[in-house]
Amino acid sequence: MNKPGKMVVEVLQNAMHDPATTTYPAVKLVMPDKFRGQIKFHAERCIGCKACERDCPSNAIHITKVGDKMFQADFDLDRCIYCAQCVYSCPKDALEASADFELAQLDRSKLRITYHAVAKKTEPAPIAPSATAEKKPV
Amino acid sequence: MSALFAIFVFPGFLFLSFLGTAVEYIDRKLYARMQNRIGPPWFQPYADLIKLAAKEDLIPEEANPTMFKIMPVIAMTAVLTAFLHIPLWNSTPLIALDGSVVIIVYLLTIPTLTFFLGGWHSASLYSMIGAVRALTQLFAYEVPLLLSILAPALLAHTWSISEMSEFYSKNPLYALTNSIGFIVAMIALQGKLERIPFDMPEAETEIVGGTFTEYSGRLLAMFRLAIDMETVVGASLIAAVFLPFGLHFGPAVGFALYLVKILGILLLLALLRTVTARLRIEQMVIFCWKYLAPAALIQILLSLTLNWIVK
Amino acid sequence: MAKVTIPIGPQHPALKEPECFIVTLDGERISHMDMRLGYNHRGVEKACEARTYVQDIYLIERVCGICSHSHSTCFVQAVEEIAGLQIPPRATYIRTLVAELERIHSHLLWLGVAGHEIGFDTLLMYTWRDREAVMDIFAALTGNRVNYGMNTLGGVRRDFTKEQLAEVLKVVDICEERTKYYIEVCTQEPTLINRLTGVGTLSHEDAMRLGTVGPTGRASAVDKDVRRDDPYLAYKDLSFKVIIDNHNDVFGRAVVRVLELMESYKLIREIIAKMPDGPVTVKAPRKIQAGEAFSRYEAPRGEDTHYVKANGTDKPERVRVRAPTMANLQSVAKMLENNNLADVPIAIAAIDPCFSCTDRMIGIRRGRGTGNSMRWDDLRNYGVKWYRKQGIDFTDLNRKLAKKQE
Repeated sequence: MNKPGKMVVEVLQNAMHDPATTTYPAVKLVMPDKFRGQIKFHAERCIGCKACERDCPSNAIHITKVGDKMFQADFDLDRCIYCAQCVYSCPKDALEASADFELAQLDRSKLRITYHAVAKKTEPAPIAPSATAEKKPV
Repeated sequence: MSALFAIFVFPGFLFLSFLGTAVEYIDRKLYARMQNRIGPPWFQPYADLIKLAAKEDLIPEEANPTMFKIMPVIAMTAVLTAFLHIPLWNSTPLIALDGSVVIIVYLLTIPTLTFFLGGWHSASLYSMIGAVRALTQLFAYEVPLLLSILAPALLAHTWSISEMSEFYSKNPLYALTNSIGFIVAMIALQGKLERIPFDMPEAETEIVGGTFTEYSGRLLAMFRLAIDMETVVGASLIAAVFLPFGLHFGPAVGFALYLVKILGILLLLALLRTVTARLRIEQMVIFCWKYLAPAALIQILLSLTLNWIVK
Repeated sequence: MAKVTIPIGPQHPALKEPECFIVTLDGERISHMDMRLGYNHRGVEKACEARTYVQDIYLIERVCGICSHSHSTCFVQAVEEIAGLQIPPRATYIRTLVAELERIHSHLLWLGVAGHEIGFDTLLMYTWRDREAVMDIFAALTGNRVNYGMNTLGGVRRDFTKEQLAEVLKVVDICEERTKYYIEVCTQEPTLINRLTGVGTLSHEDAMRLGTVGPTGRASAVDKDVRRDDPYLAYKDLSFKVIIDNHNDVFGRAVVRVLELMESYKLIREIIAKMPDGPVTVKAPRKIQAGEAFSRYEAPRGEDTHYVKANGTDKPERVRVRAPTMANLQSVAKMLENNNLADVPIAIAAIDPCFSCTDRMIGIRRGRGTGNSMRWDDLRNYGVKWYRKQGIDFTDLNRKLAKKQE
């Protein structure tokens, strides 16, 4: 049974509704909280086992020892595929996937992020974003 | 002097291009809203034209440069000349000739010929196929278009569009008998403007750009402007022939009514564009000759019968 | 017009991925078609041999964006079979849930792409808008809209809470209503029916002979579905219908996919109702014992097969991926006989091509004797000589680049 113009009613109704699209950079998009965006490193929990470095499919993370029990992590954001395997491999929960996905840069060197080592405290401290991971582009 | 003003400014080139770009914006916005999207901002047609004009014109090595470059200019000229013959807000156009309806339809055939010639002289495979399709499509919709415009002319006993408008303003009820012709003319206009469902000459997913594959830069900008202006001219023609209401209220009200009529026709055209898929070229020819041409003939029979009754 | 040879591709607005179809036309009718593949070859199989199994899961997942879970699950199933791991039942159910959700999003995507190829952009916008509901639920459940990363050796990485499963049911309800509307549109809109019927016909005998799989085959009455013939994951406990149609053309393929969507909604409801509790992963060894396994999976496009050979280390010895599009591409040339040029995009789109899945290395042995294989250096020299014959010489460029790197 052919109905020419079958979609006319639906189409006219949709013209009255709000559009389903948003004007993206003007309107911010927020991802759900378990989203696998940029990986964040908590330096005070790292023990330097390098399980994350072994399991990374694209060689995006490098852990270097800079002092006694002090480890620094270098991320290549352009190599990372945001699979979060490092998060699951870490035995001490030192890595965490954040919901940050707007990571584009015009300058390639800005995509190399270093999380500097932090001296370990004796009792575990609450996670405050400013006090723990210090992000400085190299 | 006032002739130059009329040709270049109002209701000539500047006015027509302004109206053409406004019509393109409204059409794209309606299309987007009906698809539940936001759509482009108001300056999008200008941004497109300026961007195109700023780019380099690349002419293929095997193409014929003179023909390649002159086709967009001929298209715009033909469309502009046709526009000068159409009455907008009252029943006298800028140039009132006897037989102006035939002249207008003839002038509106020229853009399609320029699409064909431009595509043919581009010496590219895709544009040749697109050009042949444009010409095949011309054979499909041109006859119903002319027949459907013939019917109101028959009823009014004249070929001049100004006298037709006068006749229908005096007897508005006669305009209602042209409804079948109105529908046929709308569908044929969709074919002339090469919009979905009659999009075959420029089918993006099949033959890349069709007739316009090799065009770029200023020449493509001129072609796009010519298509926009053709939309306005086609809609104005249909408004003048089938919707001759409110022509005696003075220039301001008449102009506002003219814009309303154009918007109404545009809404119908955009709706037709949104709810259909693209036809194949032979399906379109079959459709036009099987349904549109007989409908136009029925309309002509109706007009002839009315003529005989009224006499 | 004389016979014209038109290249559809490698770059063409009709194709979402590069592939070359060289079509010889007689007016608008197709008289002959040639195909060239391989533009998307990335060396995935070779790269798998240099990475451990854990790293390979993510590499194999990125073989394709739309059917990423299919490839990942197929690979992990093969490895788990070699290692002799028994994954907990909740993990199989979670994997099945993600698989059916993936089928929904892939078929809705196909519906939109088919609409776009025939110029029906409204269908494209509507189906992709509804698909966004599925993508959002994926982002909330698995952490990403495509490439979900759910699988790990021995189970799944994340568990789902009851609230998340309730959200999934809500999304399924929305999608089911919209799919019913699309069924109506597909069967009643005359321009759509005119473009889809009679196009790309493939008789049942040809479909069996050319080895078509998935919805392409099922539209020509080829009654094969891996979920029923060789049950994997949780499919032996679930009841579903395999959609067979005998239209033999693009319209039949559309009907099969849309009805499969309805079946998937029923399946998801059944999966969520029957999901058992328990752990979601077992501990998997790093080094997989020697052995080989061949695993099959019903991806949205058809039967996906992976072959894995392990040799006792933590890296596989050989991984071979055969995507369903590889099996379906053989039938495209047959389908397009006596069709018009305007039908080429929709006929190619009707097999739901995913050329990233398809392009692997294939060696064809003609008659007897060994194949012709080149070493890397020989290949490079061959390339340099070939370009020199064409008149292009890269030695200057190479010298400049070498100087710049010093």
